[in-house]
Amino acid sequence: MANNIAVELENLKQRILLLGTTVEHNLDDALRAALSKDLQLAAQVRKNDREINEIEVGVEDDCLSILALNQPVARDLRFIVTVLKINIDLERIGDLAVTIACKVPNLSGKDPGYLFNPEIPVEVMMELKSMCTGTVRMLGMGLDAFAREDSDLAYKVIQNDNKVDTAKNLIGSCLEKNLRENPTGQQHLATLLSVSRSLERVADHTTNICEDIIYMLQGRVIRHRLGEQLAPAGENSLDIKQGSVG
Amino acid sequence: MTASYEKYDREHRGTVGRVEVASPRMKCRNVNVYYGEKKAINDVTIDIARNEVIAMIGPSGCGKSTFLRCLNRMNDTIDTCRMEGEIFLDELNIYDKGIDVVQLRAQVGMVFQKPNPFPKSIYDNVAYGPKIHGLAGTRVELDEIVEESLKKAGLWDEVKDSLDQPGTSLSGGQQQRLCIARTIAVSPEVILMDEPCSALDPIATAKIEDLIDELREHYTIAIVTHSMQQAARVSQRTAYFHLGDLIEVGDTKHIFTNPSHRLTEDYITGRFG
Repeated sequence: MANNIAVELENLKQRILLLGTTVEHNLDDALRAALSKDLQLAAQVRKNDREINEIEVGVEDDCLSILALNQPVARDLRFIVTVLKINIDLERIGDLAVTIACKVPNLSGKDPGYLFNPEIPVEVMMELKSMCTGTVRMLGMGLDAFAREDSDLAYKVIQNDNKVDTAKNLIGSCLEKNLRENPTGQQHLATLLSVSRSLERVADHTTNICEDIIYMLQGRVIRHRLGEQLAPAGENSLDIKQGSVG
Repeated sequence: MTASYEKYDREHRGTVGRVEVASPRMKCRNVNVYYGEKKAINDVTIDIARNEVIAMIGPSGCGKSTFLRCLNRMNDTIDTCRMEGEIFLDELNIYDKGIDVVQLRAQVGMVFQKPNPFPKSIYDNVAYGPKIHGLAGTRVELDEIVEESLKKAGLWDEVKDSLDQPGTSLSGGQQQRLCIARTIAVSPEVILMDEPCSALDPIATAKIEDLIDELREHYTIAIVTHSMQQAARVSQRTAYFHLGDLIEVGDTKHIFTNPSHRLTEDYITGRFG
């Protein structure tokens, strides 16, 4: 039985990582579609979500089978509980990718250079672009932390959630101001605002994933900052502006 | 950052976890047990709390049953067995000279792996102990003890109309509950159980486990089991033994969700043993 469960847990790990990379790619595609107004790519993102949903259901089914047939304990139990929770977060990130992709038609017909609309400060649009790359990078690093069982990396990812929140607030306040002043004919700005909110939620889900990874590896609950302090950000904190999207 | 969450490595010996409790019923200090030249238990120190169920787990030959049998001096019956250290029942050192082991075994009763009812009636199985210990002055008192014991063992409703039938006529699960009633009948303080469900089917096992939970209100219970699930279900504390060492002891929830020692984790997750 011991060998059996070890094999099943390894298979489960591969399956949740497959879900993770599929979601990561779909999010990346959704953002590229939004930044380049690529309707075809946006349609592909919506189509790919069906595969994501199927993998999510399969992962849950695998978890329930292992729980029912092997009664895992200790690190095995924590692993399965974590996979069940990560599974939900990844599926919701997949939904957010679809939400972003569904907004792309609202952007079509605008000037291809809409990202550099003279009414919007260039630094805001640069912030949005780096928010896209940073959020995808956060998710990728979170998946790496899971795959490599690296709690230090998970901590670093969590610490970058605040940066995404700050970027969203900066983008939001600027775009909202612009929308208030020029309410007509600005649907593309509302769409960009929606994209930034979706990205902020992606970062929240990624943070959840990393908190669960720390529980899996250390058995400690750090959600809601209960009881304990996070490690200081330090110089090793992940720079969300690295990476490439678009 | 993560140091306090790192586990003790496999080479670490010496007990990890909380060995002492606030209100111990039994205290075991530096217990060593030898079979001839072979050391079976190595310097084990542990408290057993009042009204708790403590599960003792570990691979075959780890010493858990040997240790359990130390708690009511059952090992005295083995010529080659020698014990060092101290074990207290409340304030009484049970290895002091002059201790009446028959009386001790009434105070610290034992239920074995295989149900072993006497070849007597159901009534006499339960009444035997109170009779020889002089716990009942009259037949009415004896009847009360028998009824009360069978009720506590969850068997009364099933046998009240057939008390004169042989104990051996009962099913395996009923026989084990009869043995528990027999143990209860002499008013023990502690009940030791050595794999009490290993010969029973899942339904009978569930009844015994429910019973263990009910008995905890009145008694302290130490149970040796090979079933990880059973240890998790019935106990409040769990002790993990390995090659005669007490490796880890702690709250059962902690042991089965995040044990502190690698050996404990390897065993309960089935990596070895």
